[in-house]
Amino acid sequence: MTSETNRARLVAGARWSALVILAAAALLFPLVFSNPVITNYGVFALIFATAASAWNVFSGFSGYISLGQAVFFGSGAYAVGIAARDWNISGVAIFGLLPLAALVGAAIAVPFGLVALRVRRHTFIVVTIAVFFIFQLMAFNFSFTGGSSGLPAPFLNWQAATYNNPFYYIALACTAGIVAVSWLIRRATFGLHLRAIRDDEDRARGLGVRAMRVKLAAFTLSAAVTGLIGGVWFLYLTQVEPQTGFDPLFDLSIVLMAFLGGLGTIAGPVLGALIIEPGQLYLTIRFTSGYYGEILLGAIFLAVVLFMPRGIIPTGGEWIRRLTTRGRSALPATAPQAAGGVPRGPEEPKRPDAEAAPNEAPAREAKR
Amino acid sequence: MTALLRTEGVHKSFGGVQALDECTVQIDEGTVAGLIGPNGSGKTTLFNVITGYAKADAGEVYLSGRKITNRAPDKVFALGIGRTFQLTRIFPSLTVMENMLVPCRGTRAADRKRAMEQLEFVGIAGYHAAQAGSLSYGQRKLLELAYVLVADPAIVLLDEPAGGVNLSLVNQIADRIRELNKAGKTFLIVEHNMEFVMGLCDQVTVLDSGTVVAAGPPDIVRTDRRVLDAYLGEDIGDDADPREGT
Repeated sequence: MTSETNRARLVAGARWSALVILAAAALLFPLVFSNPVITNYGVFALIFATAASAWNVFSGFSGYISLGQAVFFGSGAYAVGIAARDWNISGVAIFGLLPLAALVGAAIAVPFGLVALRVRRHTFIVVTIAVFFIFQLMAFNFSFTGGSSGLPAPFLNWQAATYNNPFYYIALACTAGIVAVSWLIRRATFGLHLRAIRDDEDRARGLGVRAMRVKLAAFTLSAAVTGLIGGVWFLYLTQVEPQTGFDPLFDLSIVLMAFLGGLGTIAGPVLGALIIEPGQLYLTIRFTSGYYGEILLGAIFLAVVLFMPRGIIPTGGEWIRRLTTRGRSALPATAPQAAGGVPRGPEEPKRPDAEAAPNEAPAREAKR
Repeated sequence: MTALLRTEGVHKSFGGVQALDECTVQIDEGTVAGLIGPNGSGKTTLFNVITGYAKADAGEVYLSGRKITNRAPDKVFALGIGRTFQLTRIFPSLTVMENMLVPCRGTRAADRKRAMEQLEFVGIAGYHAAQAGSLSYGQRKLLELAYVLVADPAIVLLDEPAGGVNLSLVNQIADRIRELNKAGKTFLIVEHNMEFVMGLCDQVTVLDSGTVVAAGPPDIVRTDRRVLDAYLGEDIGDDADPREGT
């Protein structure tokens, strides 16, 4: 028991040490690598780390795979652009519009969620894609969005050499914030209910979980953070167009980042973003006329599906556990066998559809 | 005794199949009631209608005299009806303890204490940190029973608690039900294991083709001609035993 406690303390200590080193490295990054080309990679990686983590708070925890996050990302960007233009806001004051971007994301998520969250799995994915295209079309066709030429952001009269640094720290704060929120949610009853919904939504409802309320809250929170980071992205790029603000590749990228790092984990989406986004950006900058970034995305997607379907964090954790528990019993230390409890019985029989109650079958079909 | 749970003239059909037809059942407070019948007689459908998983086409469901017909499953649970499923439905990616905490609404420390007590009660406390998906079928049955009980519902609906588990576990489940019943908990049990039902239940209701064909104490029900007909078909001898058919 003492060795178990010592081991747990050792693991916790190692985790905290790694976190402190990681935080210090993140804070010092633009000071050590002051070249704007390098800090540009950092800004984009953190923007996508925030977006992927925000997506994970809803989709990773609940199992509802949304391919409509670009709706909130683009809407956040457009909200800042439209407000800055119509209210004549310029200079650093435009950063004060970022909460508005979050608010717009959340405001769109409520009616969107009330409709989309009534269906599950594939149907839900299709609905999110449909809503995404509606928003892209609106951005193209409404006059207040600037039509196909989009909107410019107010010019920031900052020095070119350090222009990226404030954006880097804002994006870093957003990433740290969403990671902290993800951690808190995972530990809270709210997170437990989301994960119960992912496993068996109908069962969770039968145990008192207000599934719609829980899902909508997570969806709205995820949308608010995505809208916020969309606003940061707009101010950094100083331009938003319908095809860049509402970009289908954005959705694919953040989903892939979360899958690569580990769906439903805290660090997974951040890790995935830190791997994929700089690689994609490098290929785009290096080979301007090609589609190497998209090819990289496709290749990573195949590799993840084939070799690491659970993602880096869960698979890596499993390897470490296997290494550290080699030669030891996998059963809990206080297993009931030793305590005179229940012996392990037969494995669960398969759930043949023929045995299912007639009204259970459609619900499970929808879940699939 | 007062009626804790009552269904009145419940109808439910799926397409052209009449699953429940004028189904009226009453469960008294503090009893262990059995609901039996041949396959397809509507037992699980009645459970689904009571717990909000299926909507009744007609008829009413009352809990302690309060109408709860067609309420959503989460609301039915909050009102005091907990249930298990014929084929266990746990949350496999969560730990055993996390499964236990899903229905809890109190403070985390108090909930954990109560959850651990329930796990000890059903005999799987040692697995509290294990992933629920790694449990055997029998252990899953016990976990499902434990997490329904942790919320302390007024009545527990058990759908085939003895199905697919070994004899020692069947006896253990029966013992736990008896203990809880002694403490005042009401149960409604769907089960094909006649020995289990007849040995445990105070009242037994028999369904056939969605209709109640008999209701009463086990000794009366087991000799009822309509029950024998339902299980074994018509024109059978008087000495037939329903256990042979199940």
